[in-house]
Amino acid sequence: MPTILEVRSLNVRVNGRLLLGDVNLAVERGDAVLVLGPNGAGKTVLLKALLGLLPHEGHLAWTPSSLRIGYVPQRVDVDVHLPLCGRNLLEAKAALLGLERPAIDSALERAGIGWDLMEGPIGHLSGGQFQKILIAFALLGDPEVLMLDEPTTGLDEPSAENIYDLLRRLRVGGVTVILVSHDLGLAYHFATKVLCLSTVALCFGAPDQALTPATLKALYGVRYEGASESLRSGRV
Amino acid sequence: MGGSEALSVYAILLGTLAAIAAGLTGSFALMKRITLAGDVISHIALPGIGLAFLFGFNPVLGGATTLLVGTVVIAKLEERTGLTTDAMIGVVFAASLAIGALVTPNQDLAEALFGNLRPVSPLGLTLGLGATALVIGTLWWNRHRMILHLFSSELATTLGINGRRLNLIFMLLFGVTVLLGLQFLGALLASALIMIPPTIGRRLTHRLSHFMAISAGASVISVLGGLAVAAWRHLPLGPTVVTFASALFGLSLFMKER
Repeated sequence: MPTILEVRSLNVRVNGRLLLGDVNLAVERGDAVLVLGPNGAGKTVLLKALLGLLPHEGHLAWTPSSLRIGYVPQRVDVDVHLPLCGRNLLEAKAALLGLERPAIDSALERAGIGWDLMEGPIGHLSGGQFQKILIAFALLGDPEVLMLDEPTTGLDEPSAENIYDLLRRLRVGGVTVILVSHDLGLAYHFATKVLCLSTVALCFGAPDQALTPATLKALYGVRYEGASESLRSGRV
Repeated sequence: MGGSEALSVYAILLGTLAAIAAGLTGSFALMKRITLAGDVISHIALPGIGLAFLFGFNPVLGGATTLLVGTVVIAKLEERTGLTTDAMIGVVFAASLAIGALVTPNQDLAEALFGNLRPVSPLGLTLGLGATALVIGTLWWNRHRMILHLFSSELATTLGINGRRLNLIFMLLFGVTVLLGLQFLGALLASALIMIPPTIGRRLTHRLSHFMAISAGASVISVLGGLAVAAWRHLPLGPTVVTFASALFGLSLFMKER
């Protein structure tokens, strides 16, 4: 598979403070990359740097540069008084991309939501409903790469499982997924590659090789030492 | 001045279109939470209006000039002093009001502050229609970008939307909209049509299209009602229009919030 993302010696500093250091990775089309790390490790910073939202040092190249990228942010601070509903957001994006109504229908169907949810003011939606609209928004336009920052936050268990099913189906269809999550089990049940971050990159590669007990210990501390067997067998 | 002889078809047409522009611009200003900026911008126009009265040229041209200069002065002072934009706006705002009051001839001060019903010349109508078309057309053209940027500047950036450029475009439209209202409503009240009608729209609906339609509609009703009453009762136009708009807002308080 062709390499669509190449990152070498990536550093991100904000106001002189290093938020992300020495990240190297190569992502091939169809990969499912799981980004792991404790809180404050730089996972969200990495996604934002990949999207061009944060200035960075080092080499970062998407190939081709015109790749369609969908992004589900970890959070969006919405003014609850905004007179906007989900329909406005998806229709606005569709208009920008030159897409018609069937494209919106398709995105909603894949995100598992109906038009009824799209008519209410966004400030009145529950966290889970809002998250689903963000996912539909990201899927609109058939992205070749989907980047998700803890997409199941606020979702109930069946909804979260639906999201993972969706991601698996997208992967089968050739979509590259870059996923930030705290769910270590995904490393063995979903990901083709794992990137471990703790401000600097501690590992990158296939889960079996990258997630050694030593790496997990460095990443999370002693309580995860020896847990990889359990994770692999689905007992954690 | 103020009388039915000035209430021409031109004045009604220009007032109506300017009201639509104000309602639509105000809708986005309310969503961006910058409605009060219009208040400040309109005050910066006062010295220019005063000089226009003093030397006998078009007040809107005078207002436009000091608006431009005031905006640049705010930016430069901010760079040099390191003070924040709102602090600089506060200084320029107060200075503008004071200088405006000093340079405006006494007999024209009330008109500069509160506007008046003046006859609209064909040239004035043409310029006004052009400015109105510019505001409404640009808002329409950028509506999708502005909605996405309002929702999330990050997501908008990932879609190739330049947030800085969009903000600059909006502030320019904002300034043009204030200018449209300056001659009729005066420096003190020109921003009222940007501020009040959208609050009525927001109270009555949560749907974007309805919100903008109600804002524009309330603005038009305020201007037409104000024009009629001001011409009939020989009242100053600005306060009459703004009182009309405020009364509509008061009425909206008795309606069910959506």
